[in-house]
Amino acid sequence: MEAFETVELSTDLLIVGGGMAACGAAWEASYWAKKNNLSVLMVDKAAVDRSGAVAMGLSAINTYIGAGRGENTPEDFVSYVQNDQMGTTREDLVYDIARHVDSSVHLFEKWGLPIWKDAEGNYQRAGRWQVMINGESYKVIVAEATKSALGVDNILERIFIVKLLTDANDPSRIAGAAGFSVRENKVYFIKAKAVCCLCGGAVHIFRPRSVGEGLGRTWYPPWNAGSNYAMMAQVGAELAQMESRFIPTRFKDGYGPVGAWFLFFKASATNAFDEEYIHNLDVLKPWAPYDAAKPVPTPLRNHQMMLEVMAGNGPIFIRTDRAIAALAEKYKDDPKAYKKKMKELESEAWEDFLDMTISQALVWAGQNIFPESKKSEMMAAEPYFIGSHASHAGAWVSGPADLAPPEWNWGYNRMTTVNGLFTAGDGVGCSAHKFSSGSHAEGRIAGKAAIKFLVENPGDVNLDAGKFEEIKAEILLPLKTYEEGKGYTVTDDITPNYIRPKMFLFRLNKIMDEYAGGTSMWYTTNKPMLDRALEELRMLYEDSKFLAASDLHELMRAWENFHRLWTSEVHVRHLMFREETRYPGYYYRSDFKEVLDEENWKVFTISKWDPATREWSIRKEPVQNWLGL
Amino acid sequence: MPSYVIDEKCDGCKGQDRTACMYICPNDLMVLDVEAMKAYNQEPEFCWECYNCVKICPTQAVDVRGYADFVPMGASVVPLRGSEDIMWTVKFRDGTIKRFKFPIRTTDEGTAVPDGGYPEGPGDLNDQNLWTEPQSGGFDVLPTK
Repeated sequence: MEAFETVELSTDLLIVGGGMAACGAAWEASYWAKKNNLSVLMVDKAAVDRSGAVAMGLSAINTYIGAGRGENTPEDFVSYVQNDQMGTTREDLVYDIARHVDSSVHLFEKWGLPIWKDAEGNYQRAGRWQVMINGESYKVIVAEATKSALGVDNILERIFIVKLLTDANDPSRIAGAAGFSVRENKVYFIKAKAVCCLCGGAVHIFRPRSVGEGLGRTWYPPWNAGSNYAMMAQVGAELAQMESRFIPTRFKDGYGPVGAWFLFFKASATNAFDEEYIHNLDVLKPWAPYDAAKPVPTPLRNHQMMLEVMAGNGPIFIRTDRAIAALAEKYKDDPKAYKKKMKELESEAWEDFLDMTISQALVWAGQNIFPESKKSEMMAAEPYFIGSHASHAGAWVSGPADLAPPEWNWGYNRMTTVNGLFTAGDGVGCSAHKFSSGSHAEGRIAGKAAIKFLVENPGDVNLDAGKFEEIKAEILLPLKTYEEGKGYTVTDDITPNYIRPKMFLFRLNKIMDEYAGGTSMWYTTNKPMLDRALEELRMLYEDSKFLAASDLHELMRAWENFHRLWTSEVHVRHLMFREETRYPGYYYRSDFKEVLDEENWKVFTISKWDPATREWSIRKEPVQNWLGL
Repeated sequence: MPSYVIDEKCDGCKGQDRTACMYICPNDLMVLDVEAMKAYNQEPEFCWECYNCVKICPTQAVDVRGYADFVPMGASVVPLRGSEDIMWTVKFRDGTIKRFKFPIRTTDEGTAVPDGGYPEGPGDLNDQNLWTEPQSGGFDVLPTK
């Protein structure tokens, strides 16, 4: 095996990641760090200009409150999120997002993001919380402001952090991180007195619906490998609500966005028999009182559709044709105006895909779908982990001092249960509906709080340098395994000596899909199936030491899949613990069918892996409704 | 294929230490074959079709073909990204061509001012205001319970 250089760096605050939350954290921390003479280093697995979930762009900003203009109050938003997530929401965290998110949106506009305006010059609303944007360069613009604020010398790209490190003398205190360059033979040890772990959600935990060339056409980006959840869990941080996976119902195959179609174009959805199944509210009665929430909670809307599909009433269609006809209707007596309106609607419809899910435009073009005259199919996707959308998996964090109940405030906003370790965006649990803007705002909250932590805890941290060689060997093990194991067989792919990351991923995906409620089981699982999942995951964990990588790219895949394995185990443990079906449409416990147990399970589920005993524990934490909504 | 590189158009970003597509790909898929001086997608089945390699290529050598396992053949979606807007040419399987142009930013590239021109705010680590708040949020005073 080739030699690898060991690079040792030191900083006050380390930001791991480069997406919206990381850019928010870096931008905010740069200001407070300058005032307090502290250093900040940002390390991204990819290139900040186009990394994270907004890499392709977006066609809408889904969280804009308009509180300063009196459009909505933070309380309105908290109430919406609480109902949408079936009663398991941290109101202190969501309120905090609601009061900070508009600031981020206003800054995006000043930096150069085009936001649609209505006739009065206000942001063009798509729905109550959404504003429409020309967002092809959304991430490029946010990255530009981040680089300008932090300084490009304080940003390292193409370095994949794979492990967080705790203090040599205090395992409850964060002290840095380790990783490797995906471009050159270098292993990094970065000492840091505080760390913001901002590595997005998790994709390819479950087998995707497309498994050939389209394997990568997941709804959320494939570079979200669960690193956030895995790395935080491995140093003993508590994770919350990790059963809260997200099932996006989207345009079939390309996973193009439906939000603008339902909210802005007012499209309807129909089953094979042209029935608008969303009016079948009776099927939601087992989930009272959430069945009466307006709008209908996302899991329940999914559930209505899944019942249709499972009853053989598919395909399910989104009626783009009818929506466009209705919007153009009032111009029908003036051919010139009608033509102009149709052209405008057509352009808006295509931009919705071209700004954020170009694949779906390719599906339309490939299938000769002209949305103004032909309906499209919708389908429920495979499960994802994402703390920022209509689900709320992530770390259990401290809330803001002025909003959190005392037991949910341990001094520093968005700090995990490991001292000095902060997270935001997809990393924070129990706080859904942040989306891109709220993730940026939450990154800012974490960035400021981390600097406050550094100012109030000025003592140094210690990394155990004696362990560096051991950790380096562990990080590079897949390269060594490949070098030593290849050559026994005629081709390097199939050998009894090791497992390549791709087959490791397929094995993981098969376990999760078939036992933990994936698409092939229509999201259904039960205790005995989850027991089997844990058995199989245990063996996969044992086999992870035989992961083999022929180059740095494959080494990245090996570590990503190791992170996916950890995320999978946490998910299975949470699914098993919650003995009810609180989130139908996301998953079903067949042994607790149609059971919503408000008395025993209106709680947050919180798990912890203890690095000392190497054992998992899981507990309940009662939900508190301090807003009285 | 998802993204693919047209042989005769790719010059391997000659004279530079890395190709533009390698630099930008969020999933580390694009690599340079240094002998042939051509870039290629090393793991097409993990391509998200984000088109960032297509948009950044200085010789327009990168294109995308719909995933072979579910997109019928014959269509293409091709961007041309400028400094203010992006032009899309959509070719349908049946030969229909449509063109769209959308703005991408309202400021000149490289001119984003970090504080957006907002006052910096109270600058107190112990209150809840972030940098540029409360003004950038549209408030005189940040809301609290």
